[in-house]
Amino acid sequence: MSKRIEVNDLNVYYTNFLAVEGVSIVIEPRTVTAFIGPSGCGKSTFIRTLNRMHEVIPGARVEGEVLIDGNNLYGPGVDPVLVRRQVGMVFQRPNPFPTMSIQDNVLAGVKLNNRRMSKTDADDLTEKALRGANLWNEVKDRLARPGSGLSGGQQQRLCIARAIAVEPDVILMDEPCSALDPISTLAIEDLIEEMKQEYTIVIVTHNMQQASRVSDRTAFFNIAGTGKPGKLIEYDDTTTIFSNPSVQATEDYVSGRFG
Amino acid sequence: MTTAAATTIKARQRPGDRIFSSATVISGSLILAVLAAVAIFLLVESLPAFVAGPDDFNGDITNFWSYVGPLVFGTIYSAVLALLMAVPVAIGIALFISHFAPRKLAQSLGYLVDLLAAVPSVVFGLWGIGVLAPLVQPFYTTIVDWFGWFPPLAGPASGTGRTIFTVSIVLAVMILPIITAICREIFLQTPLLHEEAALALGATRWEMIRMAVLPFGLPGIISASMLGLGRALGETMAVAMVLSPSPEVIFQLLTAQNSNTIAANIALNFPEAHGVGVNILLATGLVLFVVTLLVNMLARVIINSRKAFSGAN
Repeated sequence: MSKRIEVNDLNVYYTNFLAVEGVSIVIEPRTVTAFIGPSGCGKSTFIRTLNRMHEVIPGARVEGEVLIDGNNLYGPGVDPVLVRRQVGMVFQRPNPFPTMSIQDNVLAGVKLNNRRMSKTDADDLTEKALRGANLWNEVKDRLARPGSGLSGGQQQRLCIARAIAVEPDVILMDEPCSALDPISTLAIEDLIEEMKQEYTIVIVTHNMQQASRVSDRTAFFNIAGTGKPGKLIEYDDTTTIFSNPSVQATEDYVSGRFG
Repeated sequence: MTTAAATTIKARQRPGDRIFSSATVISGSLILAVLAAVAIFLLVESLPAFVAGPDDFNGDITNFWSYVGPLVFGTIYSAVLALLMAVPVAIGIALFISHFAPRKLAQSLGYLVDLLAAVPSVVFGLWGIGVLAPLVQPFYTTIVDWFGWFPPLAGPASGTGRTIFTVSIVLAVMILPIITAICREIFLQTPLLHEEAALALGATRWEMIRMAVLPFGLPGIISASMLGLGRALGETMAVAMVLSPSPEVIFQLLTAQNSNTIAANIALNFPEAHGVGVNILLATGLVLFVVTLLVNMLARVIINSRKAFSGAN
């Protein structure tokens, strides 16, 4: 289920503009890795290259390799559609499909695989995914109601349920709590802690307390100035990054001297 | 404190607000007034038609309802056929412009579609007679030969090609631009969030469109179709020019005998009408008015029944 990600010397371009330069990083399975750094430093851009979602943005392209258990995502003949079924993603703002019921939202990704499911299988999978996202008890009586009727935090957990229903190897989260209140944030953070047992999780966050609470390893990205490419400055155990970083810029950022 | 809260506080009336709110009220009432004026005119003028006797009609028609029945049928039949042809094509064009075409091509295609909407209907009528009817006539013969066992396609095929099916094609071309234009606008408004959600689940482009774009755009597609249907129901010139009418209900699509439509029938007969004949034609107009109203109400009901899932909340 859970897989290792290895990135070798990755550059990301928007048309001709170099947005992220020379990132090399190894993410171990069954860990939570947090990406922190100031706005515009390329963390979101970089996390999107881990499931080729950057290709949705016109003109975006990469150089370098991303290996998931040794298979290069950017190898010739690799279908981005299959990559995304393997590497799930949760976005900054909760985005359940408004036209679908809660249950259909959970099953949306599974149904894409053209699998014809019996009703009992579908119900079982819905329950499993919703339990996995700590949402089952709150929505079990209204599975046929629209997903957009839930609160923001519930919607975000619904999106997580939708992502884990397809049983991916890796789950990417791009600031999953930035649109949520503290209680909902806590619920998601607890969930991340549990999901670590089964998945490799990468999370982008602006909230340094959140990074220190949920992650095992932390990567600090920074940018030298506007128009310059974002770079990976330091990558280490979270405790090291927050207590004894080896680069001055990391220490300045985590201690709140800038950013 | 409590006494102060009991008296309602009046908001200060600003002149700008007042002018603007009166302007909107006037515009709103104007549409109602115009609609009421048309409805009352039709209703009053129609009354004599409802009691008209056999002498007032040509042929062996005995009362107004047997006169208007085939017309209503022809109107709805041709308009629905046109809609069935136009909507899938319009959705296809709109999706191509909004999600598949390169930006430059999409823009010029958009202009082209809008241009099509500006062509007067008499031109479409001429095109229908001069180009389309002779072009499709051989196909009609073949279709009748092969599929004549299917009642709506039964023969004999029209020798001129001027059938209700040809009319429907002309109508479909006429309503295509408006449906396409609205669908395109709706599809472009699909939130990027939902498109990305679908793609991140491993949807292909087509699956993304089916999951996010089409469901989101459904109310818009229905509204656009209703506008197109309204135009097809009321279209006069193109139908009057192409069709050779007969006063019966005829299901066959490809024969020389065809039910007429209400609007075309009014246009054809109004110049020679006198006395009760004028009232009868106006009464058919009233029936068209009611039919259009019912169609639009039906569309509203369909849209509202899915309101919770529209994403508007």
